[in-house]
Amino acid sequence: MAEIAQNHRRGRKKGRAKKLSTRVDFTPMVDLGFLLITFFMLATTLNKPQTMEIALPSKDKPKAEEQTTVKASKAVTILLGKDNKVFYYEGTRENGVDPVLKQTSFAPTGLRQFLIGKNYDVMVKVRNLKAEKDKKRFSEEDFEKQKTEIIKDKKAPIVLIKASDDSVYRNLIDVLDEMAICNIDRYAIVDITPFDLDLIANMTAEKQTGNETK
Amino acid sequence: MPKVKIHRKSTVIDMTAMCDVAFLLLTFFMLTSNFTRKEAALINTPASISEIKMPERNVILILVDAKGKVFFGIDGQDNRMALLSKMGSTYNIRFNQEELKEFSLINSFGVPVTRMKTFLSMKPGERDDPAISNGIPCDSTDNQFRYWVSAARSLSADYRIAIKADQATAYPVIKKLMGTLQELKENRYNLITSLETADDLEFK
Repeated sequence: MAEIAQNHRRGRKKGRAKKLSTRVDFTPMVDLGFLLITFFMLATTLNKPQTMEIALPSKDKPKAEEQTTVKASKAVTILLGKDNKVFYYEGTRENGVDPVLKQTSFAPTGLRQFLIGKNYDVMVKVRNLKAEKDKKRFSEEDFEKQKTEIIKDKKAPIVLIKASDDSVYRNLIDVLDEMAICNIDRYAIVDITPFDLDLIANMTAEKQTGNETK
Repeated sequence: MPKVKIHRKSTVIDMTAMCDVAFLLLTFFMLTSNFTRKEAALINTPASISEIKMPERNVILILVDAKGKVFFGIDGQDNRMALLSKMGSTYNIRFNQEELKEFSLINSFGVPVTRMKTFLSMKPGERDDPAISNGIPCDSTDNQFRYWVSAARSLSADYRIAIKADQATAYPVIKKLMGTLQELKENRYNLITSLETADDLEFK
């Protein structure tokens, strides 16, 4: 603008001023733009890592009225052993009879099938709720709210997760994942007891003798 | 009859539109992505179906590698400086301004506080050597990890604790960390996992 005005003032005598082209070559600008894009694509990540939220009980002794006693019939104990092995038993030692320890796996047909079977009522309810939600009867928030109501079911099993020192972190995450998949609300990570270790040791010993006799 | 003029086509292409596209993409990438932070250890996280995203700010990051070495990091340069001076006063080590500055640039570290001065005097390239970082002591005899967490917690109550451990980390290490956090009354924290597709999880 200023240039044009200047031309106007000075150029009277010299005749018509040459019109300057307003076109600018954008090629270097494009180069720069793509260079920056390349840099950002290489130096940054798009996906944020996923997390799993976990709340553990505090170490303070809970008050007597807050304590929940686990009914043996509803209790499921999951034991994590060496080499990604996973065992479970229902109930506890009663009247001097040991619970039956069973070995399972992290495959969908293993631990998950068992837990779904234990928590069948809740699973069905959640499935129905999800079907309702898919028909757009209510919003996502309502779904979450109702789901938390359902999984608090008093009849649902209570799972005790006991990881032995030979297990790895992955096993723990896998089990916590199963809890989420099977809609189990009440679970706890507990220290393994010598009794549980004995159960595992007995089982592996029995297997070995069984193999030998074969 | 007028002469038929053959117009010579100009070889100049208008780059304005191209430029627009380039900068639009650039803006998109700048807004949606975040920088990859260099972490002190290579960690292969286990997969889970959880889809909760990790918060970007105010995170106390606890890294545990496959061998059980513990690394620690918080975000925010000012916070890091405050954290180190706090730790220094707990362990009677005076860190000067340069060391604090150097520390504020480190995302995560895994050296005992007694060796922090030598660690900070190294060049950034030298610090990557895995032999140098052998983890923050977190045994009951010398639980520096506990002090790091409580020092970081005292800076701000908004911090979330996130544990990023390797799939192959032995459980006792995790148990020890969880026990320490429990003693500090830190009962809610995040476990960082990678996403697993839930195709075969459908309940029938």
